[in-house]
Amino acid sequence: MTRHVVASVVDIKPGEKKLVTVKGREVGVFNVGGEFFALANRCPHAGGPMCDGQISSLVAPGKVGEYKLTRKDEFVRCPWHGWEFDIRTGQSWCDPEDFKVRQFKIAVEPGEALVKGPYIAEKFDVAVEENYVVIDM
Amino acid sequence: MKVPHGAIDCDIHPAVPATSALLPYLDDYWRDQFINRHIDKSPFTLMSYPPNSPLSCRPDWRPAKGLPGSDFDALRRDALDAFGTKYAICNVLHGAVALFNEDMAAALCAAVNDWTVKELLDRDPRLRASILIPYQNPELAVKEIERVAPDQRFVQITMLVMGDTLLGNRRYWPIYKACEKYGLPIGVHAGSLFRTAPTYSGWPSYQVEDYVSNGAAFENMLVSFIAEGVFQQYQKLKMICVESGITWLPTLLWRINKEWRGVRAEVPWLDRAPAEVVRDNVRFTLQPVDAPSSDPDKFLRTVEHIGTDKVFLFSTDYPHWHFDGGEVLPDGLPEATLKKLLTDNALETYPRLNGGGTIGQVPGTQNNGEKIR
Repeated sequence: MTRHVVASVVDIKPGEKKLVTVKGREVGVFNVGGEFFALANRCPHAGGPMCDGQISSLVAPGKVGEYKLTRKDEFVRCPWHGWEFDIRTGQSWCDPEDFKVRQFKIAVEPGEALVKGPYIAEKFDVAVEENYVVIDM
Repeated sequence: MKVPHGAIDCDIHPAVPATSALLPYLDDYWRDQFINRHIDKSPFTLMSYPPNSPLSCRPDWRPAKGLPGSDFDALRRDALDAFGTKYAICNVLHGAVALFNEDMAAALCAAVNDWTVKELLDRDPRLRASILIPYQNPELAVKEIERVAPDQRFVQITMLVMGDTLLGNRRYWPIYKACEKYGLPIGVHAGSLFRTAPTYSGWPSYQVEDYVSNGAAFENMLVSFIAEGVFQQYQKLKMICVESGITWLPTLLWRINKEWRGVRAEVPWLDRAPAEVVRDNVRFTLQPVDAPSSDPDKFLRTVEHIGTDKVFLFSTDYPHWHFDGGEVLPDGLPEATLKKLLTDNALETYPRLNGGGTIGQVPGTQNNGEKIR
């Protein structure tokens, strides 16, 4: 496993996402309320580009005629068929056992720790005073 | 193949011989109205089953005179004795459900139900029946259900698959609430009121189009029940597609499961895959079998695609013409499936059908009977 610096924390604001490439793989980096998650940019259903999907909330099941929006911005909808995936777990809401987007280990590290290495950050100049999003792959 | 003795036939069609036969079952006001306005001369037959159409009556079951299914002795002989039936559920189809005059509809439905008790149920202990309801007006429909529900021989209610509104609509929910309360499944039968076109592109030209279009109508109605959340609201409720055909179901289940994953936020109460809801809450009568009789594997593959054999209910659809002689069952059904289809599924679907069925000797064979329960 190698640690790859993929973004500065300030680049991806809460509720936003960024497509990055790590070792030739496209990865969606999502900021959910300050927490970062990394999902493969490939829907497990038909291979759609997950990271192009809309970030959405969960319409929770309830009584008929009742509508309740929960877990704000914690889901992403695949742009091809609209299936909803939990950004935190990668699981399909409708079919969690059979469909799960591949997740990668992700962390936020201070520049101070990163400059000690080892890490790969070809596109970044890591500054000691900032925080960075780091993917293990 | 032939049906072993002791099966439960979930769809037969006795007919009220003439509207005049209902006069004793109407109150003074309506009897006076029917006679003075010559309404008793109107046949009140639904256009779905033109009496002289070959589909409406098997040739050897056609009475010398009168409507198909209107001769009680013939019905007992051809629909009950011939198949060794334990119970048969009478679906008396009647034009009362198509009337715009809601009070007249309610009076006629009540008369048909009371006629059913006296002329059918009281005359043969093997008979059970559906309640005819004036669902033009759900409030009056609920009243009729409450009036006749104490008679446990009424085991379901009848509605038609094509009408003014898709049947999942909330306007009908008071009816479904009453059905759940009294342990009455909803029997949705093929047929139309024919004041809206039976296809989504208007009026067809021929009866064959009317009849075949029922399959698509059942798909629409079933999706309506699922999307509107009827079975989320009334979880114990069962809905039975009667005379619907079966082989269209797998493709519908695949499609509705797939689309639900994409657009379920619109119907958030639908909290599990639609196909699971169908397997739990929806049932299908056997006849007409819309699969090739020469190739049993094709029917079995349909069962496999549906994912369960608990949804099938045996029926002859007497006197409608779907098969000849006694060959009412598809060939090649596994024994376990056969047992469920003939009795177990019906007993699970209709809470009011108490007691077990026994599977006996196949008519005309030497085989010894086998206990089914």
